[in-house]
Amino acid sequence: MQFFSGSSVVDVSLSPTAPPGTATGHAGNNANVLYIFNRNGICLLYREWHRLLRTLDASQDQKLMFGLLFSLRSFTAKMDPVSADKGNLGVPLLPGQGCSFYSFRTNTYKLSFMESPSGIKLILITHPKTGDHRESLKHIYNLYVEYVVKNPLYVTGTPIKSELFTTNLDQYVKTLI
Amino acid sequence: MAPLAPKTGDAVFASIDHVNAELFTLTYGAMVRQLLTDLEEVEEVNKQLDQMYVGYNIGVRLIDEFLAKSNVSRCVDFKETADVIAKVGFKMFLGVTASVTNWDAEGTSFSLVLEDNPLVDFVELPDTFQGLHYCNILSGVIRGALEMVCNVSMKTEVTWVRDMLHGDDAYELRVKLLKQIPEEYPYKDDE
Repeated sequence: MQFFSGSSVVDVSLSPTAPPGTATGHAGNNANVLYIFNRNGICLLYREWHRLLRTLDASQDQKLMFGLLFSLRSFTAKMDPVSADKGNLGVPLLPGQGCSFYSFRTNTYKLSFMESPSGIKLILITHPKTGDHRESLKHIYNLYVEYVVKNPLYVTGTPIKSELFTTNLDQYVKTLI
Repeated sequence: MAPLAPKTGDAVFASIDHVNAELFTLTYGAMVRQLLTDLEEVEEVNKQLDQMYVGYNIGVRLIDEFLAKSNVSRCVDFKETADVIAKVGFKMFLGVTASVTNWDAEGTSFSLVLEDNPLVDFVELPDTFQGLHYCNILSGVIRGALEMVCNVSMKTEVTWVRDMLHGDDAYELRVKLLKQIPEEYPYKDDE
């Protein structure tokens, strides 16, 4: 499609430019798994590049992941020593209240998490020595907006089947450190 | 809070690609024209633009793009939401800034005033269609977007108070917060 800017008013955005990643990717993907959930807990995308051990079947696994993050977010906010305004444990978290965790690390993997205010949760699991992935998750969110949200044939709240999205995602993930 | 500072409307507007303004206006005009031919009833068209299909569906998708591009963190209260819509949202998508006025006593409803509106360039309403809210798509978009914002989704009612096509001097939208729905755990405890 051709876009011209005359007396331009409205935006239409093309593919967002990626934050610099220095890995060349030929050594293999550094990311292991990616999940994307929407606000209702439906797993929109589950993508794995490198996963050795599978313990549960797919839907159980996704439910577990969603539940874990929901509780973890609530828990980290309630335990926050800095913020004064806390509800009781078990009360749903309101916006503006409390902090939000963005990653945890074990000896075998690192899990990075990002949630948009519209409830889209992105979870990226990588090897434990990676740095902070908040920028990368933001970029993946931009990719999601570009190829999924803007696709008029996509029904919101259903699993993503767009090949364009997965191809771009794979390409981007290869460049992650 | 988001790690990056939220971009102002101008900065976001400058950083994204633009489409020819006339193309946008004429496309919208053609769409409304087609809706009028298909549905014939002015009220039906108003409803389609706002509630049923067009505006609301655009809103639920637009919110993701808005959040991705503009880095705003969650708004603490409704007042902040109003400011963000007017300053960043309108600027980013339409290139015009709206102003927020007329807060009511409880702070649950406000007016958005638009001095100029790119949707209505070149448009004149004939007498037979005087009941048409030409820009109703904007009400649908605002409603759809606010409903999708987590964790507190807001059910709002958006109506037109002043409309330049009907002879007023500006465009004024009244946004009223009906209720806020806090987030719930979506899975039932079935195990």
